[in-house]
Amino acid sequence: MIVMKNVYKKYPNGVVASNGIHIEITKGEFVYVVGPSGAGKSTFIKMMYREEVPTSGTIYFNGTDLTKMRSKDVPFLRRQIGVVFQDFKLLPKLNVYENVAYALEVIEETPSAIRKKVTEVLELVGLTQKARMFPNELSGGEQQRVSIARSIVNSPKLVIADEPTGNLDPDTSWEIMKIFERINAHGTTIVMATHNKEIVDTRRNRVIQIEGGLITRDEYEGEYRYEI
Amino acid sequence: MKFRTLKRHVRESFKSLSRNNWMTFASVSAVTVTLLLIGVFFVIMMNLNQLADNIENDVEIKVVADPAADQEAVQKLLKKVKETPGVEEVVHSTRDQELEKMIDSFGDELALYKQSNPLGDALYIKAADPKETAKIAKKIGTYDYTYDVEYGEGKVEKLFNVLKVGRNVGLVLILALLFTAMFLISNTIRLTIVARRTEIEIMKLVGATNSFVRIPFMLEGVWLGIFGAILPMILVTVAYSQLYTVWEARLQNELFHLLNPMPFLLQLNGLLLFIAVFIGVWGSFMSVRKFLKV
Repeated sequence: MIVMKNVYKKYPNGVVASNGIHIEITKGEFVYVVGPSGAGKSTFIKMMYREEVPTSGTIYFNGTDLTKMRSKDVPFLRRQIGVVFQDFKLLPKLNVYENVAYALEVIEETPSAIRKKVTEVLELVGLTQKARMFPNELSGGEQQRVSIARSIVNSPKLVIADEPTGNLDPDTSWEIMKIFERINAHGTTIVMATHNKEIVDTRRNRVIQIEGGLITRDEYEGEYRYEI
Repeated sequence: MKFRTLKRHVRESFKSLSRNNWMTFASVSAVTVTLLLIGVFFVIMMNLNQLADNIENDVEIKVVADPAADQEAVQKLLKKVKETPGVEEVVHSTRDQELEKMIDSFGDELALYKQSNPLGDALYIKAADPKETAKIAKKIGTYDYTYDVEYGEGKVEKLFNVLKVGRNVGLVLILALLFTAMFLISNTIRLTIVARRTEIEIMKLVGATNSFVRIPFMLEGVWLGIFGAILPMILVTVAYSQLYTVWEARLQNELFHLLNPMPFLLQLNGLLLFIAVFIGVWGSFMSVRKFLKV
């Protein structure tokens, strides 16, 4: 699904966030991306949905070279990828239902399809009762569930999560993990950057460790093993 | 674009205006204040321009025919003057009519001259372009049977220079005011859009195309322009109509007349609405562009 070959990324301020990364992630995998802050985890995942473009090297998503993709084609790539952020990135003036429906409106879905899909996905994340509430009326865990609902509502092939439990308490983090596992069980690939040792060590999946812009460990059913 | 999407954009643009009510209020106020200034300034400048036109059009050349010239010679001169390029209108006043005018002005003592009128026939000439007055006067001065040519030499040139400077200053001021308006309004809109850059970022990350992001913001710009233009248009229309009614009654026989409200107010309101909508759309377009590179 994702193939990175010799990916090098240097920012204008001279910071090298990716120093020749090679990796392949196949369909249906659940991957943790671990490493210290500033190691290049965020750049690694941002390059997957082309928020960042590598300085050199190639990135393939389902056979398409993202480094050669024209700007006008980027929206169509992003419709196949759901993104979940640590800070949720919800629209504060839209209620739960509207925030989720938004991802379908931009791809010009019919109103009836929007209603059906949003209702389904809110049920999946357990927010049916709070559909008319606004983000500031929800807890952190609930907001993250809205964010997840938005990321999966148009049935993406890949869900990328950048420290989705970073702002949440342990109990809520487990709830969120369960939702991700449910999504993964439906065949969706999950790539999750995380600092949560307990989750990584308990729910064993592939672990990719990044340090200094390089992959220093890639283990199936790996452990966290990294001290913050 | 699908019609359903366009409807969605229109609906969203209105929703967004009400959701961001304080920002909407700030932008509409900026449009209202600057347009009111522009409107008032335009009224003043256009009427001063009208005054300048009136003054210019009042300039005429008086050609006095040689008193010794007979009627045939005067007719020849009249024909030649009429054929002179740039001459728009010629009014022939006979020597007797000229004397009558003098008697009217200076008193019956001059009636003595009726027995032996020393005056020549006079031709009052209006140039098609008042600025050509001096040139035409000089040319006519070379014709046969011309005794004297008067057009306020020296004064007319000065007057035209003053009017020219006045018009140029007005034009510069209008352009400066328009530029300030564009800067002020688009800057206010920019601030409101900067505050919503996360919204644009999210739109882009969930796969919105640039036009999908841009259109609701541009529509908002249109509505902001229209809402902001309403008050200045009403105020300028009501105030100018009142002013016209009161002043025209007083200025009936004067040289200066205010511009007729129709079609002046129609044109002015059209211009104000166009400026407001254009700046609204342009300001939104430019501000959103910056945040589309996600």
